Amino acid sequence: MLSGRAAIAGVGATEFSKQSGRTELRLAAEAVWAALDDAGLSPADVDGMVTYSQDANQEIAVARETGVGELTFFSRVEYGGGAACGTVAHAAMAVATGLARTVVCYRAFNERSGRRFGRPDAGLGGEPTSQGLEMSWHVPFGLVTPAAWVAMFARRYMHAFGATSEDFGRVAVTMRRHAATNPAAWFHGRPITLEEHQTSRWIAEPLHLLDCCQESDGAVALVVTSAERARDLRHPPAVVAAAAQGSGAGQMMMTSYYRDDMTGLPEMSVVARRLWEMSGLSPADVQAAILYDHFTPFVLTQLEELGFCGRGEAPGFVRDEGIGLDGRLPVNPHGGQLGEAYIHGMNGIAEAVRQLRGSAANQLAGVTNVLVTAGTGVPTSGLVLSTG
Amino acid sequence: MTDPEMTAEELHELARGQADLGEVRGAPAPDPVNAPMIRHWQQAMGDTNPVYLATGVAPPAMAQVWTMPGPGERPDDGSPVTDVLAALDRHGCTGVVATNCEQTYHRYARLGERLTPATRFTDLAGPKRTALGVGFFATWTVTWYAEDGAPVAEMLFRVLKFRPSETGPTTPYPLRPAVNQDTRFFWDGVEQGELRIQACADCGALRHPPGPMCPVCRSVARTHTVATGRGVLYSYVVHHHPPVPGRETPFAVGVVELQEGVRIVGNVVDCPIDKLEVGMPLRVTFRRMDDRLVLPMWTPEEA
Repeated sequence: MLSGRAAIAGVGATEFSKQSGRTELRLAAEAVWAALDDAGLSPADVDGMVTYSQDANQEIAVARETGVGELTFFSRVEYGGGAACGTVAHAAMAVATGLARTVVCYRAFNERSGRRFGRPDAGLGGEPTSQGLEMSWHVPFGLVTPAAWVAMFARRYMHAFGATSEDFGRVAVTMRRHAATNPAAWFHGRPITLEEHQTSRWIAEPLHLLDCCQESDGAVALVVTSAERARDLRHPPAVVAAAAQGSGAGQMMMTSYYRDDMTGLPEMSVVARRLWEMSGLSPADVQAAILYDHFTPFVLTQLEELGFCGRGEAPGFVRDEGIGLDGRLPVNPHGGQLGEAYIHGMNGIAEAVRQLRGSAANQLAGVTNVLVTAGTGVPTSGLVLSTG
Repeated sequence: MTDPEMTAEELHELARGQADLGEVRGAPAPDPVNAPMIRHWQQAMGDTNPVYLATGVAPPAMAQVWTMPGPGERPDDGSPVTDVLAALDRHGCTGVVATNCEQTYHRYARLGERLTPATRFTDLAGPKRTALGVGFFATWTVTWYAEDGAPVAEMLFRVLKFRPSETGPTTPYPLRPAVNQDTRFFWDGVEQGELRIQACADCGALRHPPGPMCPVCRSVARTHTVATGRGVLYSYVVHHHPPVPGRETPFAVGVVELQEGVRIVGNVVDCPIDKLEVGMPLRVTFRRMDDRLVLPMWTPEEA
């Protein structure tokens, strides 16, 4: 069993910005050093390195740059943001099986000042790979941006459950409220109102601008080692109580429009079942959830797939019970990707660690278990991190 | 007299020659200015002014009417414009749209007068790139004379003769699908106006998007059925931002559930954005994006 064997012992990040002014490799190296400093470890202690697809920095390049020597484990997890928690899953497996002793997971990019992530890439459907062929049923019709891919699910969700744009807006308003009091957040000091959400311009109907996360420059790194060793390091460990990856039947990248139902995220259901089973916990046992929020509608869907409420009940859950700091389920106390930065979920994992340590900007009381999810609409992953 | 492959310079040379002919007289009108035609024209145009028939003159705006050839009649062979337009046709500029018509009236034409047109070719400009395609602007003037030799009316007329974009070199549509052995049948189908859905040749299962092996029965024997092209809108988005190459925003993209049971993605066209609705019936329409790509799109069933 993987549960309890590994822990996150260090977290590090660069500042989050719209223009880092330096290369992605430098961002990666800075974050890795920061995570090692946080853990009280040195590059000589590192023997494993994990990132995920779409990162421009190869594992060996980051190792070279930071003075990490020999590696006995390296892995690159697929499917973009869906892999964020998968990096920790792979690292924990490596640690638990003895393939490596200390593994660094990282994400670094200039996705605002460099190649903009939210911009159309006309070449997406151009190559006859399986992914290129998959995209070829969508890209020629101009369905070519992440916002539009998600909007297609959002419209169906609205139709099926009577959800409204305001239901999506409440997610954005809550995330921006959290970010407003997090000094590390890009939107620190800049909360929004529901009215501002409603009047923000259309990106891809039914999504407004304020339903979409920002594009960010920045890097985050995590140090994973054995739980036993982590207890001897500088900070209390964030123990990996559960880690899971998941893909659903009929899975595609962002465009799983051909499955029976378009209102759910079956891949997140796969992850949820594994997480609760592996950790022995239930939704009632977590004090905070870090939910991947590149676009607001999928936060609602995740609440349902993870078991915090029933199908179609998330709009009411958010409205009546709350996902704010004082709500029934505090979600993304750091402001999420809508408020802090869009580092493809890695900044959320770092926030979960801080909440367990008691060192977060918007610290919640009595946090012992935090759920973390990764990118939605793609094959995904998740973690339950715990104190101890 | 003219080479079918006339260059732009040769066209201009021809046009200069025609302009040098000066004013060329055409055949007189077949009928004199008459009350029945004036009454009929006034009724057709909704012109209720009684002054014309009461005073025995024609409305000045009827100037062209008296000498215009009827449907099926050959245009006035004497016009210096005819050869220029024919050469433009042979040059590939088969499209035509009138761009200017300016009329000057010298005096009223009176009942019983027989008018004679005279045409002067004045200008050929181009080639110019226009929204309709590359083309030439041809300008001429017509003057209508009464039997006493006095001009009654004049008209400056200008047309754009353009190369319709389907027949000329076009900008390639930038959003291209990858096509391979497993998907070619679909794209060959839309090129022929067929919406083809893959069917397993063994178990009959329909499948879209298609693939090389039946996930139900493992068969690699594939065929296809031609869809009825009817379905309902299952979900949709209206894309506003950011700009998409080859597209004008906003545009709609839908997931369409076909009568056959499978879903397919395509643009919803010919429908105002505020009329889009989940569940609305749609039918397929095929749109040519450039000389190598046709896309299946969707239009409201009642349209």
